[in-house]
Amino acid sequence: MVVSSDGTLSSTEFCLAAAVFSEQWRKFNSALPQWSWVPSPKRPWISHNKEEGYLSVENVILPELNEEGRRDEDLIEKEECSCAEGDEFIDAAVLIQNDGAGAHHYDFHVVYSASYRVPVLYFRAYCSDGQPLLLDDIEKDLPLNSVEQLTRSRWLFITQEEHPQLNRPWYTLHPCGTSEWMKLLLRDDASAAQVEGIPMDKYLISWFSVVGQVFRLRIPLEMMNLGCT
Amino acid sequence: MVMGDKGGGTEAQQYVWGGAIPLQIHLHDSEVTTLPPPPPALILAPRIGYLPLLVPQIKPFFSSSLPPGVDTVWFEYRGLPLKWYIPTGVLFDLLCAEPERPWNLTIHFRGYPGNVLTPCEGEDSIKWSFIYALKEAAYIINGNCKNIMNMSQPDQAELWRSVLNGQLEVYLHVSSKLKIYIVGDDFSLKLNSSTSKSNQGVNDLDATGTTMTGRVPVRLYIRSIDEDIDDLEDAPTIGSWEKISYINRPVEVHSEGKCFTLNDALKALLPELFTEASSTDTRISAAEVEGGQRSDGDSSRSPGETGEASRERSRLPSDGAEIKLVRIQGIEPQLEIPFGWVVNNLMNPDHYLHICVYVKVLEPITI
Repeated sequence: MVVSSDGTLSSTEFCLAAAVFSEQWRKFNSALPQWSWVPSPKRPWISHNKEEGYLSVENVILPELNEEGRRDEDLIEKEECSCAEGDEFIDAAVLIQNDGAGAHHYDFHVVYSASYRVPVLYFRAYCSDGQPLLLDDIEKDLPLNSVEQLTRSRWLFITQEEHPQLNRPWYTLHPCGTSEWMKLLLRDDASAAQVEGIPMDKYLISWFSVVGQVFRLRIPLEMMNLGCT
Repeated sequence: MVMGDKGGGTEAQQYVWGGAIPLQIHLHDSEVTTLPPPPPALILAPRIGYLPLLVPQIKPFFSSSLPPGVDTVWFEYRGLPLKWYIPTGVLFDLLCAEPERPWNLTIHFRGYPGNVLTPCEGEDSIKWSFIYALKEAAYIINGNCKNIMNMSQPDQAELWRSVLNGQLEVYLHVSSKLKIYIVGDDFSLKLNSSTSKSNQGVNDLDATGTTMTGRVPVRLYIRSIDEDIDDLEDAPTIGSWEKISYINRPVEVHSEGKCFTLNDALKALLPELFTEASSTDTRISAAEVEGGQRSDGDSSRSPGETGEASRERSRLPSDGAEIKLVRIQGIEPQLEIPFGWVVNNLMNPDHYLHICVYVKVLEPITI
């Protein structure tokens, strides 16, 4: 069994983990927008492996803030997301699809970074009329405590950078700390599951359990359990 | 420009840091509100610098001609908006196939193309872009970026100022605290110990256990040019960044008893340009290449492989493409140069080696 011990993964492992992640997502979140694998645009002479690409879910409307405000209070504790305290996660699926006027639409891409050897979340947001949202507007969409966390934390913060596959400016959660917190996360999960690490193909599930919370996108408990078995 | 001995750094580093491109900057027609239009501004742009850093010097030339409004400055070369976070020297090497001096650029103070370029809010944006790049490089080399994260404010400011002002000595002093050491530079060690028998020297070092393994931060920019162009001067203008392939992927250096060259690095980044067969044969072909084939010596392609076979293999991008030119810091280094030397001497202050590669395409690529 291939496990991650230093919180990083290879590009091949990323492809594998992406397939498992989107498959599980489909299984447990069938009513929600689905992740799909987008093969990299064909770039002559470059691709090392043919499976190169990224995970994408587009046109997501974030859950309402009001509805979520209460649950947000224990976000930080939940970051540990070990199976033992899994009860907290039961009604976590909050992604809803509606086309209400003035809704903000989010596109999320998960791209592999060869430098940091971790997945990186890229996103953009726009109004129903297609007008892109600026960072100030986006922060208003995020739960208060994740904004605070972003401001405080040196490990998770939003920058605007060029999408490595699309050559266009997108927002991104900076990946420089990812391997550090993934290492902690995987270590906790591993001790709970009594193994040396967690299988590489479950990596993205654990990863998204942290990253998704910035946008109030939760991983259902059943999916998390998978990460530990 | 050759600097004095006191400059610090190697001679090559001094050349890199002293390198500059003469620019002739025109205000875009749509922003000219005076008659006659303002004359172009002539300015010397450091290679390791970034275009928006020149704005304070350029603006006085045009400020009286501008329409009312708020400045959102960007540069353009023949219709192509220039990415401000790419060092000026790299833009020049990449976009001017045949060096154009002075380099004629257009400046805009209005109408920022936010769909193509990430926003630039002056020097601070550039500084942070630089720090992020440095952090990424440190992570690649050391496996973490703690030294960058923990850099003191004064050090960070001094480091950035040294880049702004092109002070190599200050830069070397501050950046040495960051302990970002790229792969061992066998070549320079050898130059110091024995100047005559170069290959022998490298082998000796390797035999005594000098290792050269690790990851090297590289940003590679690939521009393809058509087959019918023999003269680089005739290379068509690039109207869109889609025409440039960009790859940000570390080079894994493994040198076991043999010198890892620039050629080896390019081969690792662009394996398909180093093989004329289908990708399943990569291993065999790579072995052949190691046996002495140069990147530009694509002569071993068997004649039978064009024609019928090309149809079913048209998916394979390697068909008929070859490296026409490799340019780093304005020079065309020989591919046999040890990679360690290239990196340590020609990298930018962000600790990235920026490589421009022109690829000659013999068959049109359908995308």
